[in-house]
Amino acid sequence: MKLFRMTMRTALRALRRNKMRSALTMLGIIIGVAAVITMVSIGQGADAAVQKQILSLGTNLLMIVPGATTASGVRSGWGGVSTLTVGDAEAILKECQTVANVTYIKRQVVQVVYGDQNWSTVAQGSTPSFQKVRTWGAAAGSFYTERDEETANRVVLLGQTVADHLFGPGEDPVGALVRIKEVPFRVVGVLEAKGQTAWGQDQDDVIVMPFSTAVRRVLGTQFVGSVDMVFASTVSTDELAEATNQITTLLHERHHMQPNQENDFTVRNLNDVAKASESASQVMTSLLLSVASISLLVGGIGIMNILLVSVTERTREIGIRMAVGAKGRHILLQFLVEAVMLSMVGGVAGALLGVAGAQLISYFAAWPTLLSPVAVFGSVLFSGAVGVFFGFYPARKAARLDPIAALRYE
Amino acid sequence: MDHSLIEVRDLWKVYQLGDVEVQALRDVSLAIASGEIVAVMGASGSGKSTFMNIIGCLDRPTRGTYRLNGTDVSTLSSDDRATIRNHQIGFVFQNFNLIPRTSAIENVELPLFYSDVPIGRQRQRAREALVAVGLSGREHHLPNQLSGGQQQRVAIARALVNQPSLLLADEPTGNLDTQTSIEILDIFQRLNREHGITVVLVTHEPDIATYAQRVITFRDGQVVSDVRQPSAVATAAGAAASA
Repeated sequence: MKLFRMTMRTALRALRRNKMRSALTMLGIIIGVAAVITMVSIGQGADAAVQKQILSLGTNLLMIVPGATTASGVRSGWGGVSTLTVGDAEAILKECQTVANVTYIKRQVVQVVYGDQNWSTVAQGSTPSFQKVRTWGAAAGSFYTERDEETANRVVLLGQTVADHLFGPGEDPVGALVRIKEVPFRVVGVLEAKGQTAWGQDQDDVIVMPFSTAVRRVLGTQFVGSVDMVFASTVSTDELAEATNQITTLLHERHHMQPNQENDFTVRNLNDVAKASESASQVMTSLLLSVASISLLVGGIGIMNILLVSVTERTREIGIRMAVGAKGRHILLQFLVEAVMLSMVGGVAGALLGVAGAQLISYFAAWPTLLSPVAVFGSVLFSGAVGVFFGFYPARKAARLDPIAALRYE
Repeated sequence: MDHSLIEVRDLWKVYQLGDVEVQALRDVSLAIASGEIVAVMGASGSGKSTFMNIIGCLDRPTRGTYRLNGTDVSTLSSDDRATIRNHQIGFVFQNFNLIPRTSAIENVELPLFYSDVPIGRQRQRAREALVAVGLSGREHHLPNQLSGGQQQRVAIARALVNQPSLLLADEPTGNLDTQTSIEILDIFQRLNREHGITVVLVTHEPDIATYAQRVITFRDGQVVSDVRQPSAVATAAGAAASA
């Protein structure tokens, strides 16, 4: 590809001849590409952070909460009166084929005491399948077992926040004895840190114990067998909708509701929440992206402008080249290569600047950013396309010059 | 040298300038044999430039035929004419027409860009062409670092680099002093003698025309005289004496 090499060399020389002008022309593309990459990094970083928070609640998860009951015309919202029972939870696992695992919980705020330290937190009783349903295991020690559940053993897992507040650095919580409502418990493990929920609640400020232990030894209960919440998980997210239907139908029947009566429970699908926030952040990303793209467009117009000037300036050179045997397409290629070179060099420089910008933003503003290779390579390629698009008109103008007139041009 | 390199027959070139029709060439027929040095003379507007543009394959006649080396090139597309210019014709202009801020050797290499000479041989060919016009050692000078005569030599080297059969020189000495003009004309004569290159020289100076073996004069788009100079004074000394 001799001609191509020659053309590249000539283009490079032409651009070097006007260094300042080439640099200023590239600036538009540089800013455009850098803006696109930085914006996409910020958008995707925010998106990933929100998704991570939502998924930390558990994947393929359905929450069944009591409530929406109507008693004597008074409607209470979800969580009002505990209408869900252990029996409901067990029936869901047994009857609904799409449900893989079920756990149920009862919670109450308690004071946890260790030595001279104490901390107020939420005590949560749930079956050992909690770790599977919520995909939330022990980071240190181990989860309690089915046997602990059957015998209502006084064992507890501490959330990371609770462990941090009760135990000093270097102290191992596993195996320690803590008192909850004056009842001594052995700490069998520390839960994995989950961080905050999307709505700012510290998920690690919790302690988890067997359901039977909670009901019989600590929390007590108004109605035997009532639970605060049931979690059900499916094998895959595809089955969430079907599982929701099955659970709703089952509980409707079990609670002896009239066909047109409002359900006294609510099935919430966390995947829907995740999707909603995902689409919200996608809207934001595409908005930012379109603003950044305008800068690329303006950069492209800059390239076209400077090439038009260049074609006029070099009219005589074009005439000479034609006289010694350059065909129209040679001249066209020449100016196109110059345009693409301007835009691609600008694109690569902009990509570097954008990557650096994203890093700086996450460093100084502490915003999460996520570099997307698609955005980086895509915007560099797109800047090349901008070069072709905006370079074509000036290049064609050059290629169509009449050699005789071009040679005489002063 | 009996076969014609250039053969034009019934050549017309008509321009439309607004409402006015300009007849730049009116029914021109002539032949130039291979190996001739021909001077084309005439006042400005006589049609000599138009004639040169057509035989240089930069332009096409409105009517008539132009055979170059036996091939009719009067109806070729602009791409095909570019190929003809590249392979068969070398141009030398009054104002040299070198590409500015580009070294002598790169200027000379320019026609090879568009030829099929392998890239590895281009530099060598360009260097040889510069040596042939007496410019060895100045390969990397820029045009503005060279005198007018040297610039014209670079232009001649560029015209020669693809070994054309026809050299078209449009007022090649118009911007040069007498001594330098003689040197340039000497180069043309030497190329003609040693390589058999046909030279067509446009000029309005009778002195320069004395170098040619034949002088064709244009007026109002027609050939008014076509004189052979059998003795072909054509030596540098002769021209210097008459200058």
